[in-house]
Amino acid sequence: MIYSARHAIGKPVRGQALVAHDGFSARYDLDRARGVFSRATHKLAGQSYAGRILVLDTAKGGVASAWMLHEMAARGVVPLALVLNSVNPILVQGAAFGNVTMLVGFDGDITAKVPHGATVELDPAARTLRVL
Amino acid sequence: MKLNDLERSMLAGEHGAAAKRALEHQIKVGEFFGAADFVPVTQAHVMADTESLGEPGIAWLEALGREQGRVRVPTITDPRGTDFAKTSVLGHPPRIVDLERRVIEAFQKLGVLMTDTCINYQTIQAPARGESVAFGDTGVVIYANSVCGARSNYEGGPSAVAAGLTGRTPRYGFHLDQHRRATVKVRTEFVPKTLNEWGALGGLIGRLAGNYWAVPYIEGLERVPTSDELKHFGAAMASFGSIAMFHLAGVTPEAVEPKLAVAHRVGQADVAALQASYAPQGEIDVVVFSAPQLSLYELRELAAMCDGRRFTKPLLAVTSPQIKPDADRFGLTKRIEDAGGHVLAGMCFYQSYAREIAEANGWKRLATNSAKLVNILGGYGYVPLLASMEHCVEAAEKGRL
Repeated sequence: MIYSARHAIGKPVRGQALVAHDGFSARYDLDRARGVFSRATHKLAGQSYAGRILVLDTAKGGVASAWMLHEMAARGVVPLALVLNSVNPILVQGAAFGNVTMLVGFDGDITAKVPHGATVELDPAARTLRVL
Repeated sequence: MKLNDLERSMLAGEHGAAAKRALEHQIKVGEFFGAADFVPVTQAHVMADTESLGEPGIAWLEALGREQGRVRVPTITDPRGTDFAKTSVLGHPPRIVDLERRVIEAFQKLGVLMTDTCINYQTIQAPARGESVAFGDTGVVIYANSVCGARSNYEGGPSAVAAGLTGRTPRYGFHLDQHRRATVKVRTEFVPKTLNEWGALGGLIGRLAGNYWAVPYIEGLERVPTSDELKHFGAAMASFGSIAMFHLAGVTPEAVEPKLAVAHRVGQADVAALQASYAPQGEIDVVVFSAPQLSLYELRELAAMCDGRRFTKPLLAVTSPQIKPDADRFGLTKRIEDAGGHVLAGMCFYQSYAREIAEANGWKRLATNSAKLVNILGGYGYVPLLASMEHCVEAAEKGRL
C-alpha cells in the first residue's frame, strides 16, 4: 500500500515502523540517553526508538525538540524518520536542523493504516509512504 | 519562496556565512509549510538550555560566531540551564556549569541579550497587536498571540536564532489571518481561583483542542483574568495541547464569537480530575515553583505564606533575572529564604537537567502549582503533585501534601 502525504522533508529511508495513536515530544516523552520512550503513559513506553520510523498522531509539548533531534542525530540515537497526522513547527524545524526525514498529513489517520512493526519506505520527494 | 533583494543577497552570502546558513534553514521550514515569503520580525526570543542543545548544538552556535554572525533585531533568551549562584542547591556538576558558560559566550558573540526569561511579556517588552515576532517558548508564544494580539509561531531554538540573524521568519501559521481564527468553541462552567486551577483548566482545554493548528474560543469565564492567571492558563494549554493561540472573549484583541456550536464543556469536576490524575497527596521530596518563572506578585504572595514557617523539605522558587533584584530589594527573597526556601533566577526547573537534579538530590515526589511542570516532569521520572501554592508551602513544612 502507498499513502501520500501533504508535506515532506528529508531523504528517502526504509525501516521498521513503531506505530501508536499518541503524540511526540522529545523532551516530554523520551529518555534520550537510553533511546527509549520514558513517559509512563505513552503508548510506546519502554520501546526503543533508535533507527525506527515513528508513525504517530501529532506533535506535542514544547520547543526543545527543535534542538534535541539534532543532538540525538549527532549521537546516532534518533528515529530514522517521523510520520505524523499533523505537526507543529517545532518538529519541522527540528527535522530540518537535524536532517531527520518527516512526512506529515494524510487522508485519514495514518496510525490506523500502517501496521505496527511493518517495514515501510518513505520517499519525501514523492511525499509517499509505502508499506512493504 | 519569494525572496526580496535583501534576502537574495543573504542567500548569496553577501551578509556572511551565518546569515546565509540561517536563511537556508528558514527556507527549508518555510517551504515545508508552503510559505509564500518572509515577514520581518521586530524581536526574537531563543530557547537554548544546554540539556536541549547538547554538545552539537553548542558547537553550531559557536560556529555561527566564528562566521561573524550578528543578530539584526533584538534577540533575547529563554531561561538558562542553571542558576550560577545556586549550583550546589541544584546539584549541578561542573560539566553542566561549563556548558552553560560556553553557550552564554557563544550567544554574546552573536549580540544576543541574555535575558534568561520565559516571561519576557511581563519583564522585557510585551509585543503590540499585529507585531510580528519570533518567540521561542510555547508559553511566550501563546501569551503573545492570545493576550497581546501579536503574531508568532513556535520558533524552536535554531529557528529563533535564525530569525535573529536574518530579522525575518517565514510567513506561515500564526502570521496569517486564516490561522488565527477560532476553530473550536469551549464553554467553561468553572472560574478558577488559584494558579494551579488556571493551569489545570488551560491544560484541559489544550488536550481537548488537540493540536497546534487548533484555536479554541473560550467562553464562560466571568471575570478578566490577571496576567499571572493568563500566564499559567496559556502555558499549560500550550504544554498539554501544543496550542499557540486561544481566543478569550473580552481579552484577546481578535476574539470574535465564532459561528460554532459548543464542542466541549468543562467544569470544576474536570479540573479536579486532571489534578487528581497526578499523585494527589502523600510524602514529598521537594516543592518547586517554576514553569513559568514567577512574577514579582507571585513572589510577594509566596513570601507572605512563608512568614513564620520552617521548611523540612527544599522549596525552590524560580524567577527571572529582571525580577530577582526587586525581590531582593523588597525583602521577598529574604522572607522566603528565612523559612528555608531558595529563590533562584534565570533558569527554569525543567530546562535545568531535571533528571540529573533528581539523581543528585534524591528527589522524586515533587509538589508544584504549575500544571505545565507536572505535564513535563513525568517523562523525567518524577512523581509530580499538583496543588495550590498555599498547599505546596504547607507541604514544604510538613513533608507531605
